[in-house]
Amino acid sequence: MSIWRKTAVVGAYEHPTRFAPHMTPFQIHAESARGALADAGLTIRDVDGFFTSGVGPIGIMSLAQHLDLRPCYLDAQSIGGSSFVSHCLHAAAAIAGGLCAVALVTYGSTAASERFAIGTGGSFATEPPDHFEAPFGPTIVGSYALVAQRHMHEYGTTSEQLAEIAVTMRRHASLNPHAKYRDPITVEDVIASRMISSPLHLLDCCMISDGGGALVLTSAERARDLRKPPVLILGGAEAVRHGEIGTRDLLDVAAFQSGPLAFRRAGVTPGDVDMCMVYDSYTITVLTTLEGLGFCPRGEGGAFSAGGRIGLGGALPVNTDGGGLSSNHPGMRGIFLVIEATRQLRGEAGPVQVRDAHLACVHGTGGMLGQRHSGVTLILGGT
Amino acid sequence: MSKPDGTSYQKYLPRIDEESRGYWEALARHELHVQRCRDCGAKRFYPRALCPVCLSAATEWVRASGRGTVYTFTVTYQNQAPGYRDALPYVLAVVDLAEGVRLMTNVVDCAPEAVRIGMPVEVLFEDVTPEVSLPKFRPA
Ligand SMILES: [Zn+2]
Repeated sequence: MSIWRKTAVVGAYEHPTRFAPHMTPFQIHAESARGALADAGLTIRDVDGFFTSGVGPIGIMSLAQHLDLRPCYLDAQSIGGSSFVSHCLHAAAAIAGGLCAVALVTYGSTAASERFAIGTGGSFATEPPDHFEAPFGPTIVGSYALVAQRHMHEYGTTSEQLAEIAVTMRRHASLNPHAKYRDPITVEDVIASRMISSPLHLLDCCMISDGGGALVLTSAERARDLRKPPVLILGGAEAVRHGEIGTRDLLDVAAFQSGPLAFRRAGVTPGDVDMCMVYDSYTITVLTTLEGLGFCPRGEGGAFSAGGRIGLGGALPVNTDGGGLSSNHPGMRGIFLVIEATRQLRGEAGPVQVRDAHLACVHGTGGMLGQRHSGVTLILGGT
Repeated sequence: MSKPDGTSYQKYLPRIDEESRGYWEALARHELHVQRCRDCGAKRFYPRALCPVCLSAATEWVRASGRGTVYTFTVTYQNQAPGYRDALPYVLAVVDLAEGVRLMTNVVDCAPEAVRIGMPVEVLFEDVTPEVSLPKFRPA
């Protein structure tokens, strides 16, 4: 039994806040749920599947209480910032399998107003592999930097090529009234910005903001009667990469596994895709993800990302909202990838609308690229 | 030579558990060991009770030569965690041991800017408490 094309995103809402010291994270979850349900034309009483992450080990129960939900299907996926992309995949399976009818995915965070130093605040040491890494001081930026340095060594990728990704995201953000950073930047600005963990400069790194969002999914059949044009889930897959037994090739990111599998399941190829939303925690994340998804061969991500190809008007617009590098990044950004793809496929993207947008590829990366990370790919189609 | 008591050490200390005790005990003697499966022969890092290749529990320790090359690295200029912020800039690296496994470490005893991928390195042992010595590497 195939689950594809049977489920749709029918409600999407991005919370406009970027700095909310007057709000709690649960309040952002609730306001986002309200926004996404209104967008779908459904009420909170319709929700019977609940999906969230980033709320602590058993926090999904507290959040269910906060929203007074009594779902019959719960998913507190915990694979980092890609968790919310994963929620959509799991919701597609649950809805197609009859385990729930209306899935609500929510996210909320006040990382910025709590002054939480995500990328450079040191590392965790809780599970067995951590004890062979944390003593040496890997930061999250550092973990991604290990991959960037190796990519430069194997393929001659340059800081200028990475910088061009940040410049493109900023150009997109300049058209997004909600984006946190909207002033254009140049390749020279990125290279001249402070080195955080070589070869990654400050402007190669995503920001820390507050924010949140929500999604509502239901069956394609029910979606036909709802307010907005449905965005169908055509295919998807997940993957994890880790240190193996001390043998991992650091450039073999999770997208190399989840990407081809998702495309095969959807029955389409990277060449068919009109746009791509990828987790841009760092510039190197975008570069390696595009390779893994199959938009270019391994090693050619630098050249592929240059020359305007991934910008609006280019062959493969990436992160038309400005991404985590320039629009928002409250710590776990996956949900915004699906929200922006939904806006595009509905034709609601305003000044950043991609013309004739029918097919989108979404890929979330969670965790630490050079240590343990997840990858989740979704192929979404408009009508 | 007596070891520091560790009371002023602010960085993360590894948790020594039943799966990893032999590794840390060897390091405290200034020896670097990796595990080898006695059934399938696969070497593995980090240490764990079962071989992930064949799930055998028959394991032996192999003393590593301590020689390796830098697989990748980053010079860390910002880390707000206690201990690390006083050590900036420092080199976080992944080193390929001659024995065929890859581990995370620091490259020390050289200017951070001098580190290169492919650079030959050798192990040294940094005593941080009576129980814990960390394997770090310097240019060979
Ligand atoms: Zn074995």
